[in-house]
Amino acid sequence: MGRVGVVTFPGSLDDGDAARAVRLAGGEPVRLWHGDADLKGVDAVVLPGGFSYGDYLRCGAIARFAPVMEPLVDAARGGLPVLGICNGFQVLCEAHLLPGALVRNDHRTFVCTDQRLRVENAATAWTHEYASGEEVVVPLKNGEGGYLADEATLDRLEGEGLVALRYVVPEGGRNPNGSARDIAGVANAAGNVVGLMPHPEHAVEAGYGPDPRTGTAGTDGLRFFSSVLRQLVS
Amino acid sequence: MAEPTTATARPDATGGSGGALDTVERAAATPDVAQPWRELGLREEEHARIREILGRRPTSAELAMYSVMWSEHCSYKSSKVHLRQFGEKTTEAMREHLMVGIGENAGVVDIGDGWAVTFKVESHNHPSFVEPHQGAATGVGGIVRDILAMGARPVAVMDQLRFGAVDHPDTARVVHGVVAGVGGYGNCLGLPNIGGEVVFDAVYQGNPLVNALAVGVMRHEDLHLANATGAGNKVVLFGARTGGDGIGGVSVLASETFDATGPAKRPSVQVGDPFAEKVLIECCLELFRAGVVEGIQDLGGAGLSCATSELASAGDGGMHVELDRVLLRDPSLSPEEILMSESQERMMAVVRPEHLERFLEVVRRWDVETSVLGEVTDTGRLVVTWHGEVVVDVPPRTVAHDGPVYERPYARPSWQDALQADSAAALARPTSGEDLRATLLRLVGSPNLADKGWVTDQYDRYVLGNTALATPDDAGVVRVDEATGLGVAVSTDANGRYGYLDPYAGAQLALAEAYRNVATVGARPLAVTDCLNFGSPEDPDVMWQFSEAVTGLADACQVLGVPVTGGNVSLYNSTADTPIHPTPVVGVLGVLDDVARRTPSGWRAPGQALYLLGTTRLELDGSAWAEVEHGHLGGRPPAVDLEAERLLGDVLVNASRDGLVDAAHDLSEGGLAQAVVEGCLRYGVGARVWLDELCERDGVDATTALFSESTARVLVSVPRSEEVRFTDVCSARRQPALRVGVVDEPGEAAALDVQGLFTVPVAELRAASTATLREAFGA
Repeated sequence: MGRVGVVTFPGSLDDGDAARAVRLAGGEPVRLWHGDADLKGVDAVVLPGGFSYGDYLRCGAIARFAPVMEPLVDAARGGLPVLGICNGFQVLCEAHLLPGALVRNDHRTFVCTDQRLRVENAATAWTHEYASGEEVVVPLKNGEGGYLADEATLDRLEGEGLVALRYVVPEGGRNPNGSARDIAGVANAAGNVVGLMPHPEHAVEAGYGPDPRTGTAGTDGLRFFSSVLRQLVS
Repeated sequence: MAEPTTATARPDATGGSGGALDTVERAAATPDVAQPWRELGLREEEHARIREILGRRPTSAELAMYSVMWSEHCSYKSSKVHLRQFGEKTTEAMREHLMVGIGENAGVVDIGDGWAVTFKVESHNHPSFVEPHQGAATGVGGIVRDILAMGARPVAVMDQLRFGAVDHPDTARVVHGVVAGVGGYGNCLGLPNIGGEVVFDAVYQGNPLVNALAVGVMRHEDLHLANATGAGNKVVLFGARTGGDGIGGVSVLASETFDATGPAKRPSVQVGDPFAEKVLIECCLELFRAGVVEGIQDLGGAGLSCATSELASAGDGGMHVELDRVLLRDPSLSPEEILMSESQERMMAVVRPEHLERFLEVVRRWDVETSVLGEVTDTGRLVVTWHGEVVVDVPPRTVAHDGPVYERPYARPSWQDALQADSAAALARPTSGEDLRATLLRLVGSPNLADKGWVTDQYDRYVLGNTALATPDDAGVVRVDEATGLGVAVSTDANGRYGYLDPYAGAQLALAEAYRNVATVGARPLAVTDCLNFGSPEDPDVMWQFSEAVTGLADACQVLGVPVTGGNVSLYNSTADTPIHPTPVVGVLGVLDDVARRTPSGWRAPGQALYLLGTTRLELDGSAWAEVEHGHLGGRPPAVDLEAERLLGDVLVNASRDGLVDAAHDLSEGGLAQAVVEGCLRYGVGARVWLDELCERDGVDATTALFSESTARVLVSVPRSEEVRFTDVCSARRQPALRVGVVDEPGEAAALDVQGLFTVPVAELRAASTATLREAFGA
């Protein structure tokens, strides 16, 4: 059984949900503590959502200096699968494991909604159980989720297929937080590190995730976790 | 107690007689020193009573403590004589599931399988008008700490918000601030917001109501009561540092009406730090788990004055505190200010000496600052020293519990009869299908019936992964036990318009609706919490309203068999000289053996039968129809029928358990029309409805059938395969049930068809419902 670490920073909120998602996908969740520079030999790591250190500086800017991040950054560069969700995505950007930055939503308010996404890159460690171009619905909830990078970086991401997920925007509408080019998630070149603002860990159990009115079973997020577990086995 | 904050009158640390510390010794030696008791909100007889208790004048620190603890907000001095009914009218049978009742930080209910749930609603009204964002934020923070102090993990929040008229120029300021404050704090704590209320009415223009409810979960053995027992045990203050915020707030801000000529109060509303509170939650839960605390008390209104006196009087009766050991944000604070400070995110623990080292290890792990202030004693005195000199030496009960009790005069207002005589039955009603259609759309888009997504989409409802239902369903539902599906449902309600027409009935109607909502989702109602928002107790009209409402609620709780477990009173709520409508917010908690069986408020399966349970009468007084169409408020609120509510609740809970209904939605404001509209909007599925049989059976016209707000009614969607069983159950129980429609198609062509009268596409209903708040408040 794959052992997937879930890091708890002060202010992490969705760490329990991420651990549950790992368990429901058939893996063994291992809780990692921000203050310990020890990955406990896990096979993959999830940096969960929340408000680490209250988001009082830039989101993720303090957490990225946590002792646990030292071995994590090294391991990620060595190929360890790492998924950053929401605040975890922000931490990955601050740690320069992924390009770009997340800024305050363009409409200035927190948004919590069932969000339709398109899987653009189904070849990463965390998305290979999806079909390329497949649309899924998972919750989105953030105040600072607008993805930004300079034009050259955005062009490079697009060109190299590193845009992992995109918001599906109804015609004439706009994406939920002002993200450049509707980007919801990005991957590194090796495909082992993925960061996204939406919360797949909140769409793993029917009845506790996206509302039935979305026309989905509410479990579209589960394959993020089964993807990485399958990869570990093979 | 949470309503805090502000500094207007600062007690003079010198006792008004030069630079020396005002010690007990000095107070005894200088009996005639003038003291600012009046500025601190004490009345002459209260001041005299303090002198009598102490046998001398109080020191300035003692004066500070008594003044905050004897304020209306902390002492309940005007409401106490009425609130006693809640305890007196709770029968033994009602206590069956009650583990902790009124008087502790929050009530605790046994929900079975070794699980217990604690919940409570509290007000933060006045701070939220002065500084909406921080006022609302710290309201959430305070109620969550109350839940935490019981030993429970907080698992959900709800908020009950009442604002001025939607189109008043000041309303947007308050709405934006309050919603951002509730969301900003709750989201950052990682607590799902599962429901609440948003109401607009000009009576709340200068005095919005911001109530917050929190729910916590624990195993039976984790229950902790906050008391200071065991002489020699350490008294430890931990969490945020103490600053100059909210000094005297309880006595000044929460207990007096806003006065346009008074000093500006903005600077002293506390600033919440949700990150500090999140860390404090995890830290406290680890302390409980480690078994290293005897009890934990939160610091809210009245700060250290409250925590020390309440802990001491609930325990062995004595405590010694070295006040100079309190960690400060502002080193210039005087002992009086430290005792009165309402800095947020602080807790006080009682720790056995042998556990102290392990306690300190836990708080260090969470980087929580901590200071050992003193210890529990058996002297029966609360003694506070400042650098070795005694500045407080009082019997703690006299501070915490023996405050003044007033029998305020009350009398039925002279205008009440005329108000009740002015019935809405005389108002012009639409007759044609076209007029009814237009009326329905105006109601659907009216601020109080419109979609509240603009508000609730700013709150995280997913965190913790146990939310089974949230707004817009009838009640919030959270799973407690992942293995069995055991869970709880909570709903809160109040209708100030009903309360104004008849406060006794108004309180009962609030309870009846919350009870019905909980049963509608399939949960068995177990317990009640309330937040009683009223005007000034010094106004006999208001005091009568208060007395009527408390009596009404206590009587109704007895009939329904659900005990009040705790809550809060907020008085002095008025806009200029006009008191708010009596607004008793009532929360009901129910239990579901398996939340997978919960019933949502909307239908999905075309062909299912829609049954209306209950009886419809001509009851348009106080209704949304009367307000929206005629700007009218008069007459008598809908009749209360608690036996009918109880029967209906039973039928609904059993139908949900046995899978007889797929959807259920309570009828309340806006009547049958609004219930049908919301049932369609929930999943975008249409319905065909006919009114003829209903009008004939109940002897009402179409307007009444659509918009009357008669109680004890619910609309359910019944699968064809279960229709016979369902109607058999209803007739066996003598539950009135009438087939009034059928679920129609989903999709773009979905429509609500009221046969023979009018048709409205669901898309048009949605546009009317969602536009209102978005247009009023942006994006």
